[in-house]
Amino acid sequence: MLEAYVPILLFVLVAIGFAIFTLVFASLLYPERYSKVKLEPYECGIEPETDARDRYSIRFYLVAMLFVIFDVETVFMFPWAVIMDELALFGLIEMIVFLFILVVGYVYAWRKGALEWT
Amino acid sequence: MGEAIVFYGLSAFILGFAVLVISTRNTVHSVLFLVASFLFVAMLYVLLGAEFLAVIQVLVYAGGIVVLYLFVVMLVNLKRAPETHQDPRRQTRLGVAVAGAVLAEFLAIIVYSSTNPSAPAVLAAGEVIEGGNVEQVGWLLYTNYLIPFELASILLLVAMVGAIVLAQREL
Amino acid sequence: MPAGFSAADFFYILPELVLTGGALLVLVVDVLTSRQQRPLLGWLTVGVLLVTTLTLLPFSDANVVVSRGLLAIDGFAFFFKLIFLLTAIVTVLMSSSYIEVEELRAGEYYFLILCATLGMMFMASGIDLVTIFIGLETMAVAFYILTGLLKPNRRSNEAAVKYFLLGAFSLGILLYGMSMLYGLSGTTNLRELATVLATQERSALLIVALILVVGGVGFKIAAVPFHMWAPDVYEGAPTPVTAFLSVGSKAAAFAMLLRIFTEGLPFLAEVWQPMFWVLAVVTMTVGNLAALTQSNIKRMLAYSSIAHAGYVLIGVVANSSRGITALMIYLMLYVFMQLGAFAVVVMLRRHDVVGDELKDLSGLYFRYPVAACAMLFFMLSLGGIPPTAGFMGKFWLFSAAIESGYIWLAVIGVLNSAISLYYYVRVVVFMWIREEVLGSPITASPAMVVALTVALAGAVIFGVYPRPLFELAELSVQSFGGVVAAAEAISYR
Repeated sequence: MLEAYVPILLFVLVAIGFAIFTLVFASLLYPERYSKVKLEPYECGIEPETDARDRYSIRFYLVAMLFVIFDVETVFMFPWAVIMDELALFGLIEMIVFLFILVVGYVYAWRKGALEWT
Repeated sequence: MGEAIVFYGLSAFILGFAVLVISTRNTVHSVLFLVASFLFVAMLYVLLGAEFLAVIQVLVYAGGIVVLYLFVVMLVNLKRAPETHQDPRRQTRLGVAVAGAVLAEFLAIIVYSSTNPSAPAVLAAGEVIEGGNVEQVGWLLYTNYLIPFELASILLLVAMVGAIVLAQREL
Repeated sequence: MPAGFSAADFFYILPELVLTGGALLVLVVDVLTSRQQRPLLGWLTVGVLLVTTLTLLPFSDANVVVSRGLLAIDGFAFFFKLIFLLTAIVTVLMSSSYIEVEELRAGEYYFLILCATLGMMFMASGIDLVTIFIGLETMAVAFYILTGLLKPNRRSNEAAVKYFLLGAFSLGILLYGMSMLYGLSGTTNLRELATVLATQERSALLIVALILVVGGVGFKIAAVPFHMWAPDVYEGAPTPVTAFLSVGSKAAAFAMLLRIFTEGLPFLAEVWQPMFWVLAVVTMTVGNLAALTQSNIKRMLAYSSIAHAGYVLIGVVANSSRGITALMIYLMLYVFMQLGAFAVVVMLRRHDVVGDELKDLSGLYFRYPVAACAMLFFMLSLGGIPPTAGFMGKFWLFSAAIESGYIWLAVIGVLNSAISLYYYVRVVVFMWIREEVLGSPITASPAMVVALTVALAGAVIFGVYPRPLFELAELSVQSFGGVVAAAEAISYR
């Protein structure tokens, strides 16, 4: 069973190893000369005015929340899709009911303006 | 034997990252450690032969939920110094005492039950399900657990309505 | 249809299906109509709940297991569903004026109330840990949101955050316990769990699972070491939500508790009975003592509701058909007393008065004698004074405890009732203080009048003539698997 995952494990190890190798190898080659300008965050050449860690609008949260909910909804569809043939009409009706309930939520979100930015 | 080693290794990583989540001062780093912890939990699922759950763990938890966490972290103003308790050490001591008591209790139980091994769990002989992991989940979810599955969609709807009601600016 | 399913499976959950459809209807109507028509939503919600109750009535003497062993449609479930629906109806009736004053979003409010009720109904019917958990989650998430609906109010924000964080944590503990039960038995079905565990040797892990489940359930019923959230949440939440939370959520948690412990773990009764004995005593005493010093009515009622959870736990400790009957009767009577008291508090909320402090009650009798007399009756009933419903409920609980041999428990219960009279009477004293009622006049909307009438009628009628309720509860308990399982466990020993 688990032997099937050995290539994946190798892949992960190689990836991590490569990352470590490049960092270590580069640090051996480049000269360490830091200045204030070099350590500043790069903002297209303009001098940074505020901290990068600024407060976000709550609208981002709303979008992320709706994303997660529809994400979970999609997750429920994978196992259904795999055995859709055997479940036949019964399975189809099940999924239609499931989706209908969430479409009500979608209509609600749309009409209440949760999908609009302003 | 080999599986046991992998299990304990993964568990150590999960717990280690979980401790880092609550011990780092930087909240963004906390969230990133949480991602690492989630990924190791996914590996644990693979070890248990629950591949579908592992994929979901990566897709929904390490993907979607963490994005949500990051937004929340950026939503709140963290530049302000945290409010100090009157006596921070008192609460810490109390917390350590309670956590220690629970740990001692569980250790005692582990020791007790390893000396008196109970009968291994007998898995209920359900109908034999052919096919891979995703098919098995599908058969259970869409036949046995049909009603909870539909109720879950109501739960998702409630969450959606709640997010909109609480986060939307009043019109 | 796949094997094991038939049309009957869906016929027996008709009330739940109707309620789901009704909840979706309320949400859609809210989206499609303009703001001016919103008051109609309240009546639509009451209509949905009434239709659900009507479809529930034919199942009063049903006793079947449907949906591949996930749901039990028995008298026990019927009785509890009746409690939930009644609670929801009275709550919705008392909400309309409050929603206007606080400018809440009516559609979402009613939708969430309906979804919480749906979750409770699945908790009462569920005989599988999965169903019970999803029902619990649906109810809990709806309540987290309802608690925080007063967005500009900081206390409401705080209450919602506290309730959510502690609720999620306790749910995690409950799930941990449930997963251990599954690990030990290989089944999530409570009845199979009972048969599998009966043949196993009792392991230490099983006791840990039991403790974790008690902790998780204890949080939901607000039993004492797990009650910290209750006063803050009850105070901060919108008042009708507090009413719904203190009656509906508590009753649902008790239904879940009885299902898990008497149906799933009857063979461990001698382990969990002493645990609940301690919980009952501590809960009663701490709740009553803390209520003595409160000056906020909602906070006072929160502590009083903690104390009442302690009284109800006596029925669980007794673990006999008499005890469970008494528990169910008490929860039903509690609906009327507690909701009535909260209805009066909701009425005190006006545009210029928050009305949740005890002093806001002063002079109430001289300006609004009807409201004051109703409140007097509810307070005496909660305190358990003889001709009221509360007395009948306590009488049965204590006598069930004595019958099962828990005499000290009954004595402690009686002593606690005596303590509780002090703070209930204090409310009455405030109403009879001759003082000007501050703020704008108190008005009662037609819906509020109906709500108060229902609550008062229930508390009066069942106080004087409790026979029909008693007979219904007795009939309901007869088909309850937990009682059968308890009897079997005794004969097995």
